[in-house]
Amino acid sequence: MKTILVNALALGFAGLMAGAAVAAPEKTECLAGAKPGGGFDLTCRLAGNSLLAARLIDKPMPVTYMEGGVGAIAYNHVVGKRSSDPTLITAASSGSALLLAQGKFGQYDESAVRWVGALGADYGVIVVAADAPYKSLKDLVEAYGKAPGDFPIGGGGAVGSQDWMKGALVAKSAGQDPKKMRYVALEGGGAVLTALEGGHIKIAAGDAAEMAKHHAAGKVRILAVMSPERLPGELKDVATAREQGLDIDWVVWRGFYVGKNITDAQYQDWVDTFRKLSETPEFAQEREARGLYPYTVLGADFERDVKKDVERFKALAAEAGL
Amino acid sequence: MDLGYLWAGFSVALSPLNLAIGFTGCFLGTLIGALPAIGPINGIALLLPIAYTMGLPPESTMILLAGIYIGAEYGGRISSILLNVPGDAGAVMTALDGNPLARQGRAGEALMISGLASFVGGTLGVVGLTFFAPLLSTLAIGFGPAEYFVLMIFAFATLGSMVGSQPVKTLIGCVIGLMLATIGLDATSGAYRFTFNEPELGDGIEFVVLVIGLFSISEAMFMLEHQAKGGSVIKVAGRTFARWADIVRCIGPALRSSVIGFTVGVLPGTGASVASAVSYTTEKRLSDREGTFGKGDVRGLAAPEAANNATAAGAFVPMLTLGVPGSGTTAVMLGALMLYNIQPGPQLFAERPELIGGLIASLYIGNILLLILNLPLVRVFSRVLQLPNWVLVPGILVLSIVGVYSTHASVLAVVMMLGIGVVGWLLRKLGFDMAPIILGFVLGRVMEVNLRNALAISGGDLSILFQSTISIVLWIMAAAMALLPFVLGRLARRAAAPSPQVS
Repeated sequence: MKTILVNALALGFAGLMAGAAVAAPEKTECLAGAKPGGGFDLTCRLAGNSLLAARLIDKPMPVTYMEGGVGAIAYNHVVGKRSSDPTLITAASSGSALLLAQGKFGQYDESAVRWVGALGADYGVIVVAADAPYKSLKDLVEAYGKAPGDFPIGGGGAVGSQDWMKGALVAKSAGQDPKKMRYVALEGGGAVLTALEGGHIKIAAGDAAEMAKHHAAGKVRILAVMSPERLPGELKDVATAREQGLDIDWVVWRGFYVGKNITDAQYQDWVDTFRKLSETPEFAQEREARGLYPYTVLGADFERDVKKDVERFKALAAEAGL
Repeated sequence: MDLGYLWAGFSVALSPLNLAIGFTGCFLGTLIGALPAIGPINGIALLLPIAYTMGLPPESTMILLAGIYIGAEYGGRISSILLNVPGDAGAVMTALDGNPLARQGRAGEALMISGLASFVGGTLGVVGLTFFAPLLSTLAIGFGPAEYFVLMIFAFATLGSMVGSQPVKTLIGCVIGLMLATIGLDATSGAYRFTFNEPELGDGIEFVVLVIGLFSISEAMFMLEHQAKGGSVIKVAGRTFARWADIVRCIGPALRSSVIGFTVGVLPGTGASVASAVSYTTEKRLSDREGTFGKGDVRGLAAPEAANNATAAGAFVPMLTLGVPGSGTTAVMLGALMLYNIQPGPQLFAERPELIGGLIASLYIGNILLLILNLPLVRVFSRVLQLPNWVLVPGILVLSIVGVYSTHASVLAVVMMLGIGVVGWLLRKLGFDMAPIILGFVLGRVMEVNLRNALAISGGDLSILFQSTISIVLWIMAAAMALLPFVLGRLARRAAAPSPQVS
């Protein structure tokens, strides 16, 4: 008990010393628009844990959960009730941009909040069963183009979700109509794997971090990573889609937004804090522990990227007839 | 057979936290079972959100809920014997011989005999579960969307036997549940359905909101409406230790009834009330040569008690291995798993052995705890029979509102829960049972998604639903299940007992 107290005091004191240079507000809070344990929770904890470890905040950042509509409730809450609260950051992902593009966040669009920055990313992958005859994405696209009806495509989300979009990009590359794709909406990556192993689907769309270990274990085969460059680690031997002549990237970034009505200085404080954070070894460690690849885009760059994403998703959705 | 999962389960269930949680569950379950008005399903509905908000891991929550479930099967006998009012549906037959015994001044003995019979039934049931569950789960990998859909058809076919007496109302209740399940984000197309642009409805009606509304709120309204008449509680007097000769006479009936109870429990959709009725009538035919059944025969007391406790264990078999709830209570427990993002189904055994092993191990431990709790402490539990409604009803309301608000932090959720409670109360006044609604709601989404996925795979060709062996066997079983209630119903009718709602 005593040692805990002493440690806590020491930590607090150290925090106080570092506090002089800290730009983040005294009290902070992270809003996760889902249940504990989901992607938004992971994003909040990445920021919270590494900010504390790097001593950029003194007190642990509490995570508040507001489940509903894959972040829609949290978005409406921030816009409607907390738009001038400088202590609150809310977790978001490229999925949020996709939902915004499809008007699934209610009456508000992407300019109803301010986008602070992305701290990490995952990338889309195209996966087939370990015993499938296709060795490259090119083989698969060719075969798909000949008989699209033989290839049920599975993903961990509904029609219009990120996994569906990845499937649609494959269908488009094969010169087929994404609307006619046999898409199977499964519940999460685990169900996708089971369906692939059981032969119920022929192609799976997923995320690199989750599929990498199953690829390494020989349970499935990743044909391509949808990133601009090859990914480090277990997937370093998997070619990118670009290398195989298909221009289909899919970045799943994870980042944060804040209320629209905080002052420019308060916004800049968060951007500076994250910039400082992204250069610390503590952050690199936390990011790796959460299976995310390096991807840091902050401030005005991020605002522009999000808007660009939303435009791109709108175009894709229109093309796919959503 | 590989029972490694069970040993791993014991290490989960014997951790100090889970042991304490299991004990709490058993204790509360006995209390809840003893209270005439509320059964295990109400207790589970009330405690689930609290356990979830406390951040208990899924296996601990399941151990708590399972403790309440089996505890209530023990507790139900207390009010049957002392008050002649069954504490829950499974204890209806217990009153037939238990209450006459108590009137003869042998209440203490009756409680002990029934306690021992409960232990025998409960323990044998868990042994059956231990060996049965891994067998069924070996089928897991063959289950694709088409097979899941047929499995759900099978589950709905079993509904007929759940309430039996009013098949039309059961079907209507089930359709209400199915309809409620369509509210919210459609998992296949990603469209919002029936949300009226209200973001809070985006994920549909929350399970906790529905369960608490239907079971706790409507129950509280029912209790307010029908003031229980106190006063006829028989005091536990005289000797409290059963005669050795009586115990020996009960061994045969208890063993036979355990087997009947477990078998009935495994069949999805048939609850403890059917099991205890079947076992009582069987025993009456087999051993009642003197015509003493119904006048205070210890064998007539031991048989239904052993059966209803074995049923509780049997009901876990379809729930844990196939994801098909065997009763209303197990349907709520399935919903609890989904709250933790755990998809119940054939793959559960392979993916979460610690969860299933821990649950089964906790049932062994729970039965021992319950035997210890129920023999010496039975006088304490008999006290709760005198608990007045003016304490009970506000207590239930407070727990309900706190439970829902703490889970969802939303006033709309609380309002919806109250609204659903009022509708549930009206439906119950019209003679509807709540269990089919919950079953329709829990299974509806799984059924819809899998049907649409199966058709997406086949490109709209319905023949995919009849292709695999698993599907065909399930179709045949579903047809058989739809006919079974007529057979069982005839058996149960011979007992000539009114059967209240399924627990």
